[in-house]
Amino acid sequence: MANASTAHHDDHHDHHPTGLARWLFSTNHKELGTLYLIFSLAMFLVGGAMALVIRAELFAPGLQLVNPEFFNQMTTMHALVMIFGAVMPAFVGLANWMVPLMIGAPDMALPRMNNWSFWILPFAFTLLLSTLFMPSGGPSAGWTLYPPLSLQGGNSLAFVILAIHLMGISSIMGAINIIATILNMRAPGMTLLRMPLFVWTWLITAFLLIAVMPVLAGAVTMLLTDRFFGTSFFNAAGGGDPVLYQHIFWFFGHPEVYILILPAFGIVSEIIPTFARKPLFGYTAMVYATASIAFLSFIVWAHHMFTVGMPLGAMLFFMYATMVIAVPTGVKIFNWIATMWRGSMTFETPMLFALGFVVMFTIGGLSGLMLAIVPTNFQYHDTYFVVAHFHYVLVSGAVYAIMAGVYYWLPKWTGHMYDEKLGKIHFWWSTIWVNVLFFPQHYLGLAGMPRRIPDYAVQFAEFNMISSIGGFMYGFGQLLFVYIIWKCVRGGEKATAQVWDGARGLEWTVPSPAPLHTFDTPPLVDDKVAVHADRLT
Amino acid sequence: MSASTPSTLRTAGTLALLAVAMFGFGYLLVPLYDKFCEITGIGGRTGEGVAVETLSGEIDTSRLVTVHFDATVNSALPWRFEPTQRMMDVHPGKLYETKYVAYNLSDRPVIAQAVPSVSPGRAALFFNKTECFCFTEQLLGPGESRDMPVRFIVDPNLPQGTSLVTLSYIIYKNDAATAVLAAAN
Repeated sequence: MANASTAHHDDHHDHHPTGLARWLFSTNHKELGTLYLIFSLAMFLVGGAMALVIRAELFAPGLQLVNPEFFNQMTTMHALVMIFGAVMPAFVGLANWMVPLMIGAPDMALPRMNNWSFWILPFAFTLLLSTLFMPSGGPSAGWTLYPPLSLQGGNSLAFVILAIHLMGISSIMGAINIIATILNMRAPGMTLLRMPLFVWTWLITAFLLIAVMPVLAGAVTMLLTDRFFGTSFFNAAGGGDPVLYQHIFWFFGHPEVYILILPAFGIVSEIIPTFARKPLFGYTAMVYATASIAFLSFIVWAHHMFTVGMPLGAMLFFMYATMVIAVPTGVKIFNWIATMWRGSMTFETPMLFALGFVVMFTIGGLSGLMLAIVPTNFQYHDTYFVVAHFHYVLVSGAVYAIMAGVYYWLPKWTGHMYDEKLGKIHFWWSTIWVNVLFFPQHYLGLAGMPRRIPDYAVQFAEFNMISSIGGFMYGFGQLLFVYIIWKCVRGGEKATAQVWDGARGLEWTVPSPAPLHTFDTPPLVDDKVAVHADRLT
Repeated sequence: MSASTPSTLRTAGTLALLAVAMFGFGYLLVPLYDKFCEITGIGGRTGEGVAVETLSGEIDTSRLVTVHFDATVNSALPWRFEPTQRMMDVHPGKLYETKYVAYNLSDRPVIAQAVPSVSPGRAALFFNKTECFCFTEQLLGPGESRDMPVRFIVDPNLPQGTSLVTLSYIIYKNDAATAVLAAAN
């Protein structure tokens, strides 16, 4: 037995198992990165299919296709799958692939734990999705699982909570691994303030994950014991308080939204300098802005729950604290624009997605600022205005940044250039339809259409129909993305090591495709490799 | 070239401890929240009963505050439960008494517990109950009815501008105690 395990340990460097075993037992950061990205793409399509069920039902007023219970399961599952299955694993996949390459490390710090963090995920999502086939159906109280409603469903809640626990364990282990890698495995000369911004944003994100995923685990464990073991954390009859759940949940939930966006900031901060052929403007300011956003994210949670009733002083505090976040975020937007200022810009697909991100994330950020204002929040709370807001920052924000990153690094991963023409079609198709999909939802929300309702008053019919058409067009357009990736993996123009003529950084010094083992001998890093505007001063 | 150096393991161990501590922090939020609500009166918490002697004896006869009484019965409880008086005009500092009436509509004994709340929230800290049925479990036999008294004093320090205070009770079935009772019979 001991012999077998040593043998297994060794072959990770010398020869590789093939077939299924190669993927099941891999401890290689690049292979695990690929697994994460494929998993996240699959979940993006599953969650997208659920979104299409929602948009199909909302195409016209009245109940046509699904019953209300199933509709509620779709809204709940769509959110859980997209947040925990698509966006978070995509970022972890990108971190797995790129962080060691960017800091000149041979692999992640804890390769076996890396394997485990990935392979928990398919089990977690099998558990979560299996609830849809159970007699009591999937969770249907919204992804926030507010009690008492979430405790009034069937026993499948236990499966959902266990799935959330597994996702949390996976994320926490992934985050520990990323921090340990960044803090301990940097190549000589790669000081903290020479690290690429993607590495910085991930370092901060990983701390957020470790700080709040356990709080979510605690909150859902309390739900579990309230529902099945007779505790009364949130049960008013037993002396508990359902509002307490909302406080605990959003103490997790608000940092969570920055977990979903900070790595996106990092990706965009890599891409814009490359295609503007200028170093990133205000590198140090970007690092501090990211850290400030992360800090502020812990003290704004109650802006998600202004309408539960709280003292005026608390509302003012949470309103102003929330609005303060616009300052470091504004610094970022300013620096991206300043990076492009008088640059020699070209508009390859990664740059298009990055620019789409900057423009549309700003729209979502500004509607977020509107929601932060207490008196208007009372009117917009739980309407489609909120839906429009967070889809602008998550779809045309986080998802756009992930797609930008995939196009940017795909040649490095596969050794082939993707089809640039199809990539551009994918961008323009997506950008037109994503706006047709989500922009009308602002008007629906302002007119008072509530979210998470399968039917609506006829006055909302036109905008819903427009939104649904946008949804179907955007949704089916993403199949083109799958095809472009497939085509690029199969072949295409050979990519050089540098890939993009404006690209700087360690990841562009290794051949394309990146061999399985890189930086076995650590590279030496100096100011020529780490190029930021701040270095030149 | 092994990645798992002592420093890496130390970092990972520290971070794992941090994660465990944050799990504990999630649970710590429960007592913190209770304490916070008790101190600030948020959530309409009215606190425990107070002894009459501890309150200042001064009665502010120049001021009249309207107290509105409200009752809600949880749908799982087969009782009728309502205040005998809807409104009462009171002087801050003076002790008053009113009654709620509960009637068990079912054919078996049931134990229930009432949970009070006071609104507006800023008045919650100034509404003192010296006696309240909400402090204890209430047992009613089949078809039995009972008057349930509440004695209260509105604190003279109630902020000026607050002229209406609502005392609301929601009464729940105490499933655990009712089950014990049913098993004993």
